Amino acid sequence: MKKIKIKVNGKIKTVLSNSKLSDLLNNLNIPIKKVAIELNEEIIDKKRSNNIKLKKNDKIEIVHFIGGG
Amino acid sequence: MEEDKLKKDKLIIAKKKFVSRLIVGTGKYKSMSECAKAIKISGAEIVTVAVRRVNILNKNKPLLMDYIDPKKITYLPNTAGCFNSKDALRTLRLAREIGGWKLVKLEVLGDKTNLFPDMIETLKTTEVLAKEGFKVMVYCNDDPLMAKRLENSGADAIMPLAAPIGSGLGILNKINIQIIRNQTKLPVIIDAGLGQASDATIAMELGCDGVLVNTAIAKAKKPFEMALAFKNAVVAGRQSYNSGRISKTVMGNPSSPTEGII
Repeated sequence: MKKIKIKVNGKIKTVLSNSKLSDLLNNLNIPIKKVAIELNEEIIDKKRSNNIKLKKNDKIEIVHFIGGG
Repeated sequence: MEEDKLKKDKLIIAKKKFVSRLIVGTGKYKSMSECAKAIKISGAEIVTVAVRRVNILNKNKPLLMDYIDPKKITYLPNTAGCFNSKDALRTLRLAREIGGWKLVKLEVLGDKTNLFPDMIETLKTTEVLAKEGFKVMVYCNDDPLMAKRLENSGADAIMPLAAPIGSGLGILNKINIQIIRNQTKLPVIIDAGLGQASDATIAMELGCDGVLVNTAIAKAKKPFEMALAFKNAVVAGRQSYNSGRISKTVMGNPSSPTEGII
């Protein structure tokens, strides 16, 4: 199976070329309800992550809340 | 009786009512459990939180939401670390996406040394956020003119600094804070720069509607005791403000009757 490189939170990751965003989130053990996700600087609807196919050079940001003032 | 009165004297922000007038930050604590305990002791109903990347390398890292239940405590997402409007908007749109948060704290910084706000970027961002339906509490400098302009831009709360963030200097410009308080119907919350509990009392006695404290509690030698001290200080200041202080005079005025002296 062909592999592609994507960037997740600034780090390069290699995934299978037919991966969906939901596969990546499962693989990273991301608690969906507690995060927000950007794909190439656009916020995506978390519920739709199994409809989104990852492409080469996609930039994904997964953020959550941490302590802050 | 008097305490019941205080419970009815609510802090109202964007039509939401709160009993506690102390907002606390969740940064700089030694651990999440220490942070959660300090918040509980402080009695705060609103806590500020930052939006940051999930650590994808350590999948078992504890999450803030596991320690502080957002169903019980109102999360106030902030834009700490943003130095322009674009980054601040991006951060708060993401925050909203996490779980519908609309009440947010906007801070657009302009200077890395003193962390003063960039008011031009702040005003611009407030306007956009208000149009997008956010309820915006805005960190600003202690300039009454800027505070007025923020109000006109759609802010839901004005949050002037007491002193630079994390400086612990207390309220540097009481007169300006009082002018800001008196010129607006919006809640005025002192944000940043408080060092000890009495600073919070002074803020409340000036008529402010609340205070936001992070470093002064988190970095105190005994954060739990300081959390309680701030809780009491805010209550004391509010009660003092509501009570109508005596006027100042340079003359002495005996407290005991002068009649019947032996």
